[in-house]
Amino acid sequence: MTLTTPTGPASGPAPSRRKPSLLGRLPVVHQLRQSVGLQRGMLVAGLVITAAFVLTAILAPVIAPYGYGQLRDTDGAFGAQQPLGGSHLLGTTVGGYDVLSRVLWGSQTALFVIVVAVLLSIFAGVFLGLVSGYFGGWLDRVLVVVCDAIYAFPSLLLAIVMSIVISGGQSNLIGGVLAAAISITVVFIPQYFRVIRAETVRIKSEAYVESARVLGAGNSRIMFRHVLRNATRTLPLIFTLNSSEAILTLAGLGFLGFGIEPTAAAEWGYDLNKSLSDVTSGIWWTSLFPGLAIVLVVMGITLVGESLNDLADPRLRGRRAVGASSGLVAETSVVPGGTLIAGPGGLAGLETPATSTPSDEEGRS
Amino acid sequence: MTTVMTEPAAQANGPKQKRKPSGGGIGRYIAVRFFLIFPTIFILVSMVFWLMRTTGDPITAALGGRLSADELAARVAAAGYDRPLFVQYLEYLGQVFTGNFGTTISTNRPVTEVLVTYGAATAELVVYCLIVAFIVGIPLGMLAAYYRDKAPDASLRIFAILCYATPVFFAGLLFKLVFAVWLKVLPVAGRASTSSELQMQLLPNKTGFYTIDAIQTGNPAVLGDVLAHAVLPAVTLGLLTAGVFLRLVRTNVIGTLGTDYVDAARSRGVSEFRLVRKHAYRPALIPIITVIGLQIALLLGGAVLTETTFEWKGLGFMLAEFLQARDFVAVQGIVALLAVIVALSNFFVDIIAALIDPRVRY
Amino acid sequence: MTDNRTAPLQGSTTGPAQTVLQIDDLGVAFSTDAGAVRAVDGVSLTVKRGEVLAIVGESGSGKTVTAKTILGLLPETAVSQGAVLLTSRDGASSNNVITLSTQQLRQVRGTDVSMVFQEPSTALNPVYTVGWQIMEGIRAHGSVSRADARAKAIEILGRVGIPDPEVRVNYYPHQFSGGQKQRVVIAMALVLEPGLIVADEPTTALDVTVQAEILDLLRRCRDEFGTAIVLITHNMGVVADLADRVAVMYQGKVVEEADAQTLFSSPKNEYTQKLLASVPYVGQGIVRAAARADARAPGWAEQTPVVVADQIRIQYPGRLGRPGFVAVDGVSFSIRPGEVLGLVGESGSGKTTIGRAIAGLTRVTDGSLSVLGHEMNGFKERQFSRLRSDIGFVFQDPASSFNPLLTIAECVAEPLVVHGRAGNPASARKRVDELLEAVQLPRAFGDRYPHELSGGQRQRASLARALALEPALLIADEPTSALDVSVQARVLELFAELQREFGFAALFISHDLAVVDILADRIAVLYHGRLVEEGTGAEVLGAPQDPYTRRLLASLPVPDPAAQAIRRDELRRLRAAG
Repeated sequence: MTLTTPTGPASGPAPSRRKPSLLGRLPVVHQLRQSVGLQRGMLVAGLVITAAFVLTAILAPVIAPYGYGQLRDTDGAFGAQQPLGGSHLLGTTVGGYDVLSRVLWGSQTALFVIVVAVLLSIFAGVFLGLVSGYFGGWLDRVLVVVCDAIYAFPSLLLAIVMSIVISGGQSNLIGGVLAAAISITVVFIPQYFRVIRAETVRIKSEAYVESARVLGAGNSRIMFRHVLRNATRTLPLIFTLNSSEAILTLAGLGFLGFGIEPTAAAEWGYDLNKSLSDVTSGIWWTSLFPGLAIVLVVMGITLVGESLNDLADPRLRGRRAVGASSGLVAETSVVPGGTLIAGPGGLAGLETPATSTPSDEEGRS
Repeated sequence: MTTVMTEPAAQANGPKQKRKPSGGGIGRYIAVRFFLIFPTIFILVSMVFWLMRTTGDPITAALGGRLSADELAARVAAAGYDRPLFVQYLEYLGQVFTGNFGTTISTNRPVTEVLVTYGAATAELVVYCLIVAFIVGIPLGMLAAYYRDKAPDASLRIFAILCYATPVFFAGLLFKLVFAVWLKVLPVAGRASTSSELQMQLLPNKTGFYTIDAIQTGNPAVLGDVLAHAVLPAVTLGLLTAGVFLRLVRTNVIGTLGTDYVDAARSRGVSEFRLVRKHAYRPALIPIITVIGLQIALLLGGAVLTETTFEWKGLGFMLAEFLQARDFVAVQGIVALLAVIVALSNFFVDIIAALIDPRVRY
Repeated sequence: MTDNRTAPLQGSTTGPAQTVLQIDDLGVAFSTDAGAVRAVDGVSLTVKRGEVLAIVGESGSGKTVTAKTILGLLPETAVSQGAVLLTSRDGASSNNVITLSTQQLRQVRGTDVSMVFQEPSTALNPVYTVGWQIMEGIRAHGSVSRADARAKAIEILGRVGIPDPEVRVNYYPHQFSGGQKQRVVIAMALVLEPGLIVADEPTTALDVTVQAEILDLLRRCRDEFGTAIVLITHNMGVVADLADRVAVMYQGKVVEEADAQTLFSSPKNEYTQKLLASVPYVGQGIVRAAARADARAPGWAEQTPVVVADQIRIQYPGRLGRPGFVAVDGVSFSIRPGEVLGLVGESGSGKTTIGRAIAGLTRVTDGSLSVLGHEMNGFKERQFSRLRSDIGFVFQDPASSFNPLLTIAECVAEPLVVHGRAGNPASARKRVDELLEAVQLPRAFGDRYPHELSGGQRQRASLARALALEPALLIADEPTSALDVSVQARVLELFAELQREFGFAALFISHDLAVVDILADRIAVLYHGRLVEEGTGAEVLGAPQDPYTRRLLASLPVPDPAAQAIRRDELRRLRAAG
């Protein structure tokens, strides 16, 4: 019984292999290389927009012609509702601020809120999801009911309530940002919780986790070494989704009058609130530009998220077309359901056709 | 503004040799979901109560600056806000479950009256919006799944993302600008013109639903006026929701299109179109319906913004005003009602999903 | 539209064509993440009317791709060349499937050719009744009224052996058992009476006893309905049972083609010979077992057993007041040091549950289970954890046995680190290298990630990990079930060698009697949670007492067509008797 059947992709002298470079393994770079066609276009477009947003936020003090709360300069007061042109490229608002400057400064506020909100909610949400999913029991059930309740409730309303509680409504930059960020946090922790918990529950029954349990590894070792690292693979995607929602919620708060004072910082939603009355008189520049800013940034972030989602699922991933006679004969195995369900390494990493022997007894979930 | 991160429908994978003694599955399921309603409402209502009370009692918050200290204290005592918080909490819970929401501070009317009067307006808006969202979102989602990765799909996806990225109030502003101010074909704000409203006020059986009332007046001009006022808000909020539905349907139908049973049906000669319409769609409905239920929350949040943009005097609009006035009693009342609606809609959605899935029924 | 239809194929003068399918120089290539890959290369085959052609191969041979090409079911990433000529149902003309348009393909599918899939539970849409799904296939080809279609559906369900078809036609798929679901799938394939059925591993996901019944049904398809069958499989026993002619595929090419009897008795190609040589058969292990028994020291049998099970009962907790499912009911056995006990059973027999209970992953509800002297009924993890270094576990699914984010070396070193024999994976590397060598893997594999290894290599690494601490007891839960035949042979050989060398006691769980026979000193047969037979290989396999064991043994197909025919009759007699 000594056969020399090909043993798979690894037969032959093993190429001396180290872990692929760190750069190649970074989540987004890896996908960028993999993607093709439309998905690549989406990813690139999203990344470009997001990068532009971040750069603008960082460089706002440098590129904005005026300060966010600036009403006058050496030439005198700006004047309210001035149309485009001249020293005010995009006109001025009803309050007399320069539209262009406030749009540019607004990106800084938005970035600030995203960072704070996401940071706060990621840690709490991931930790709770991990612990709850891993240990189960009554703690898990209680947390699930609580988080489902919060998750189902309109996030904006909760954010408003939190904003009032924290800062009474109007505030300075730090207060306002914190209010918005904390309120968004409370609302988003359940999201992270749900996703991480679902992943944890799924991974908990995988063979390598059970193997670690049989070995006698402690719970914390299993949780952090095996479960956590695998459960967080979908995090970049949720991160983008939550960033976009953070911006939308912040803008919503500002629009309803619970945002940040104009003298404290620039905020797009606040500007839109003030421009409501302008619209009836046909003044469009005070609302169009802040609104467009919001749309553009959220679109950019969401595009990145959508394409990450597509690329993570081999079923949705596109692949380069192939000529008929190209390619070497290699290990392929077509699993039931088609090649599109192939593993992350493409066909070359696949198992033998699931000679799935009748697996097992009921009740094992 | 919840997002659409569902996974495609899971595949049937029951134990191989068993035939479950079935039946009774759905009764049990309904019972469990029903009992979950109460904790949901309880948690949300409590959360809001405690949050609001950390800023002090409602009377001080609303009228603090305007009364002298003694008068304030007297009012607070009279309203019972000087009792221990926990006692107030229990009393409040009791009141909520008997339907007594108290009296607003700013307008001094029973909160229940506020809820009923303005609730009808919001309900009407939500219904219109859902109609738009279903008509636009679901067929387009199926279309996108059918033309997967080709040009129609690409443009539909970008459209959906655009809908999601545009804040409701911005879209509302733009529509107002274009249609009401520049083109002047549609009214700028409100639910109906003053004359129509007057006519409807005179009706003996007012429902508060302007569409129904307008039909009751028997005057086509009134109906036309009411509908014209409804177009912009409904389309604005409806399109945003349609975008969400589009992505939702697309992802799930693509997911089911990749399953073995669709391949098996294809091998029997079933046409591609029928595969999408019948085979892929129905199993995908189950997660779709569940997420749609969650979108009720999206709609309610969006309603606040839309109503403010279009001065549509519904609960959302009033909520914003009450919040400005720091009228906590009214706010708590409205939030409590919303919590009940959310809990109930989740319940019904779960039931419907269970009815569609025969694995629960039999 | 009629350009693609060619004249009737060779071999016929008047009347319907004799050849149902002719594949000429077929080549199929896929685009994958790793680049373009050729799955099928220059394959030519013919299938005559009413004949069963088996296409045999291991993973990567291209057999499933070939099967799917016949129906035009390849994904969009595939590019095919060559000709696949399919005769129409009435035998008047033939089409080249590769060049057909989507519309024409749709007409051909179901009427000229249909498919039976591997996994019955996923081949049926869970939200529609089986009647609806059968009727859909009927009505997709011509206007048939609802009532007529329904009548046809009921008829075909009856003919494939579903009892009470008038009632069951309204059932949903989940209300059928696995074997019945496969019958329904076959009914769907038969209902329009196509000339050819392509069956892709139709019995792989089924229990052995159910497999025998489905093979019988397929044989009836050939005999009663006159359908030709292209049978895709990796199981040589199934081939011997059903096939008239056999084609062996390897890496995309057909390496040998012959009629069944010739192929099995005198295979010409080297690969075929190797393939046949690695198929396990019952009776293989008798000599070895005897040798092992002789080699043991006297007084061995009186040593304290490593595992003692006494009337154990394992019941899963029920939901909301419902009684739970009883997986194991009153099972008693023991495993002595250095002994290999083979635990055999079909799905639902409780064999995996017992393995997990011994490893402490599942709780014992009743009875006494003593592992290495420690009582498992009501055990506390803290006390048991000391003993875990003496237990090794090998899981069934090589795809998920390893953390995808860790290298093989890190995974194999895990037991050493957990039990304090090494501080971190790096310092344990020397020992890891030794272990990898022991399982015949190159040391360099330690730096690879799990997805870079094939299934067989992963199972060997899994063995290495299980043996890292030189355990006294090794539990192997279907370790070779997901592997190719030849790879399985190597892994089993390795297992036997390691057991000889290290001398650990082992519980080897499998559904395959032949596999267990190679390794086990004693065999225990489980059926629905009860132990129905136990003894040495010679006793259980040579002279089984229990009727279930007899049926199980009789259902197991052997890779020899003549012998298999005799066994079939034997099985029929057994079934008729009880």
